[in-house]
Amino acid sequence: MGDEILLSMTGITKSFSGVMALKDAGLTVARGEVLGLIGQNGAGKSTLLKVLTGALARDRGTVRFEGAVVDFRTPQDAQAGGIAAIYQEINLVPLRSVAENIFLGREPRRWGLIDWRRMNSQAAQLLGQFDIRVDVRQPLNQFNTATQQMVAIARAIGQRSRLVVMDEPTSSLDDREVAVLFDVIRQLKARGIGVIFVSHRLDELYAVCDRVTVMRDGMTVADQPMASIGKLELVASMLGRSLEEVKQFGATAFHEDFAPRAAKVLEVAGLKSAPRVAAVDLDVREGEIVGLAGLLGSGRTETARAIFGIDRAQAGTIRFGGLQTGFRSAQDAIRAGIGFCSEDRKTEGIVPDMSVRDNLTLALLPQLTRHGVIDQIRQREIVDRLVKRLGIRLASADQKIRELSGGNQQKVLLARWLCMQPRLLILDEPTRGIDVAAKAEIQGLIRELARDGLGVLMISSELEELTEGCHRVRVLRDGRSVAAFDHEQATEHAIMNAMAHGPAEVSHAGA
Amino acid sequence: MQELEIVAPRRRRLVLPHGGALGGTLLSLVLLVLFNLVATPHFTSLQTLYVNLTQVTTIVIVAVGMTMVIATGGIDLSVGSLMAISGALAPLIFAGKLLGIGPGPLADGLAFVLPVLVAMGFGCFNGWLVARFRIQPIVATLVLFIAGRGIAQVMTNGNLQAFHNAAFHTLGLGRVLGVPIQVWLMATVVGIATWVIARTLYGRQLLAVGGNEAAARLAGLPVGRIKILVYAVSGLLSGIAGLIVIAINSSSDANLVGLGMELDAIAAVAVGGTALTGGRASIIGTLLGALIIQLLRYTLLSHGIPDAAALVVKAAVILVAVYIQQVRRAP
Amino acid sequence: MSISGTSLADTIAVGPSRHAALLQRQGVVVALVLLILFGAWRYDDFLGLYNVMSVLRYNSMFALVALGMGFVIMTGGIDLSVGATAALASVVSAGVSDVGLGAGLAAGIAAGLAIGLINGLAIAWARLPAFVTTLATMLAARGLALLISGNQSVSVSWETSFTDLGGGDFLGFPIPAWIAGIAFVLGAVLLNFTGFGRAVLAIGGNEEAARLMGLPVARTKVLVYGLTGALAGLAGVILAAQFGAGQPTEGQGWELFAIAAVVVGGTLLTGGMGSVGFTLAGAMLLGLIFNILNFENGKGDFTLSAYWQSVIRGAFLLLVVLLQNRLARRPS
Repeated sequence: MGDEILLSMTGITKSFSGVMALKDAGLTVARGEVLGLIGQNGAGKSTLLKVLTGALARDRGTVRFEGAVVDFRTPQDAQAGGIAAIYQEINLVPLRSVAENIFLGREPRRWGLIDWRRMNSQAAQLLGQFDIRVDVRQPLNQFNTATQQMVAIARAIGQRSRLVVMDEPTSSLDDREVAVLFDVIRQLKARGIGVIFVSHRLDELYAVCDRVTVMRDGMTVADQPMASIGKLELVASMLGRSLEEVKQFGATAFHEDFAPRAAKVLEVAGLKSAPRVAAVDLDVREGEIVGLAGLLGSGRTETARAIFGIDRAQAGTIRFGGLQTGFRSAQDAIRAGIGFCSEDRKTEGIVPDMSVRDNLTLALLPQLTRHGVIDQIRQREIVDRLVKRLGIRLASADQKIRELSGGNQQKVLLARWLCMQPRLLILDEPTRGIDVAAKAEIQGLIRELARDGLGVLMISSELEELTEGCHRVRVLRDGRSVAAFDHEQATEHAIMNAMAHGPAEVSHAGA
Repeated sequence: MQELEIVAPRRRRLVLPHGGALGGTLLSLVLLVLFNLVATPHFTSLQTLYVNLTQVTTIVIVAVGMTMVIATGGIDLSVGSLMAISGALAPLIFAGKLLGIGPGPLADGLAFVLPVLVAMGFGCFNGWLVARFRIQPIVATLVLFIAGRGIAQVMTNGNLQAFHNAAFHTLGLGRVLGVPIQVWLMATVVGIATWVIARTLYGRQLLAVGGNEAAARLAGLPVGRIKILVYAVSGLLSGIAGLIVIAINSSSDANLVGLGMELDAIAAVAVGGTALTGGRASIIGTLLGALIIQLLRYTLLSHGIPDAAALVVKAAVILVAVYIQQVRRAP
Repeated sequence: MSISGTSLADTIAVGPSRHAALLQRQGVVVALVLLILFGAWRYDDFLGLYNVMSVLRYNSMFALVALGMGFVIMTGGIDLSVGATAALASVVSAGVSDVGLGAGLAAGIAAGLAIGLINGLAIAWARLPAFVTTLATMLAARGLALLISGNQSVSVSWETSFTDLGGGDFLGFPIPAWIAGIAFVLGAVLLNFTGFGRAVLAIGGNEEAARLMGLPVARTKVLVYGLTGALAGLAGVILAAQFGAGQPTEGQGWELFAIAAVVVGGTLLTGGMGSVGFTLAGAMLLGLIFNILNFENGKGDFTLSAYWQSVIRGAFLLLVVLLQNRLARRPS
């Protein structure tokens, strides 16, 4: 690792119609260094990176890259200058081939025309460097997220980029895929390529970064070698709190305060729903939070969808409230008393242009309706009550939901189901992409709801959420239930082991 | 941790939904009227008002349906063809050529009801293609855009059907309280649609489907039924518009009834400020949009500018309207 | 560290499988062949020189419009103005046809290009929705055509060789067919072997990604709409040359015919995928249906009025779309 400075951004200031998004922010990256960049949602990370890659123009400040002052006006400029960016939602073209995605914009030519043969072989070679061997002529959408990410990285390498910006690259990867990504990052490092790595997961930062820059309220508030800063300290500087406060905040221990013999609200046995769910058993009691763990692709979401009646079950039994059921649509499931919060708030949750009021009561509306006409007075009452109860922060219930922060949007979606007074709530990654503070609030809320008797089935990728926030944890692997843990047994190690290895190893470990 | 919540800054807007966009449309209309008051002779006569209103009724009626379809994120290209079908059917029915029921009140009644129901049936077909097979609305309604007029032409052999029918004469030229019947009809349609969008369950669900279909589905909304219904409504309104056109002309020409109506209706919706991306609907805006386009054409014509030039101006107005929408929506 | 084995095993077909996609597009070729075989079997002169030549001559201009529409749709856009643009170009080229073939050709194409560039600039730079923009320019082009022509058809000059563009032959083939043929070959090369073509598909597949990848999104769009306008202009020139007059009211519904041809040719209306060759097949297929109807009437077993053609075209479009839909949804 050389000490030579590759990139330095200093005094970057940017405002949007009067609102300061960046105030004197900055960061530096050395050659062959991996810089972790963290901060809560809205801290200014994305804005800073957009300024770097030319997607946004800065108001003030200096960017030096490889010793020279640069001023990229567009992402194209930045790319030509040697800076590549890989975004959270993979920004490639799904219908085009892997090779095309790597070479789009600079295809190898022969006599002015695209040389497909050379393009395909070079693409295969680039990916081969990372031990990824796929048919590069296949459309990109035939491959999983991790492979698509590697394609994006191969694209950056192919362009001889000296700095690669990765904005939350791990948010949709499972642990095994993250490990592969980290290997690739280390390879980039070894070649002297600088990497800026944005992630909300602290463990990942410690695993792969050399140094960390923390942002808060549009400012750079810390910049230290990774090894010299503790997790709590990191969180504290992110939140702008003292260490004591953070300790308190992190110490909300989970109390098992429900009657373990409560009636089962949901029992699923031998559930099969092609193509991802092969044989799933699980049950949820009243007042109980059951965690559903598993790697991406293990069939967690698909299990939830089958229970909720969106996907068809081919085999197995679903008993709800003691009665055997098989919901044929979301409407059936909702009528029976189930709510389902999808993992993708933006595409499957909110109706962005609608008011908070209408979003919140979207599922309830038929019950607020007489002869097709909405009873607006009752609607208002219910919304006001829930906004207060859940602590949703908004200017007015007439506000469009897209104007709210992620955490508040999620609360509105929770409220959408709570007003239906369901007996079972299925939550798919309820705290993904939500800042730390709102996350804790939502977790607390879920516990409160369970205490009031609601059954909760919670899909989560965060071990902490599973071990501390659930009464029991079910682990899925390849569409099968492979392990079930009580609260005491549900250690991070046990869950990870079951996710990674399945039942054989679990029983082995137990023996 | 209250201060950690970042709520996007927002400006206070008019309480009226889409107030800003509507205001712009209204302002343009007012300016246009003011200009005419000053510059166009005889503009204030009732005659002028009725000429303009009767010419705009069919567009408004169809455009109301179009607004609702567009609010669900769709589009209906078949409206003109469905007008032709309904317009072709009615004379066949009251002349007894189709059902064998001789001229009389029964035949007249059927001539009003059946064509509209048939058009609604075709609308259901559009909706069925969109909802059941998830075919893109442009393509799904393109089918009947092409085939629909053909069906009307085949039914009438492409011949002009001139007729004298008292009931249709009344629809075309009759007045109640001095106002043409069709204008009453238009006002009724606009009123009902505005109410449906603002106050009813169906209105909310329509906007939810257009705003985020996946979310609507997961919230248990009957998305398919909502869509089929909206295309059925569009078909129904097209059917009514077809009857009005033939009533005004006292003749039905399958080659001409409703020709180009899909474009006029979409233009009215666009000028009225309803985003073509779905999730929003401004019926009043559509009414104003249609009035602006009509009044513009009238203004140009009454100042001796040919119809062809009016087309160019109309094009410019549409572009300016969507450009303003665009600028308004950008952050 | 290798994920090659598992990632191949994990491969999930999200979109239509490759075979289905292939079949979906080749379906149009199969249908075309079947239709030709049917025609050859049922009608004596179907494959006769006269019929083949007149089918080629008459359908060339539709094919040109469909070619342009194909490109626009591959970017995820749409162009409703092509029919009116063709009418405008026919009037303009007829007006200058007395200067000569070259002038007529150039003027017509230039008129089309101008409308196309206006579309492109409004859509790419002002970011207006394509549907409404081209709807507006459709009205404008029609209005201009009517204004220039004074609401009448503009007869072309018979002194110059201009009419050869419509009625002439070269090496035994109609000149319009040569023009369309060359345009399609160039179009296929442009799409498959140039950066421009790749950019077109990338923009249609994921515009934001294309922008972040540094592709010249705006420029590509402007060019695509310009190209489509120019092709519509070319079609207008052929129209004028074929009918001996510029036709200000002609071309209504061409845009929808072209969209139908493109869809029948298997191009996704959402953009990102498409083929020039299959678009040609789609246009031929729709044209042949009309031709076969004529033959059927000529044969006299039973008579279908000309009005049936649009009903049949619509039904055919429905059939193809439903079929595509089935194939696209079949689990792999």
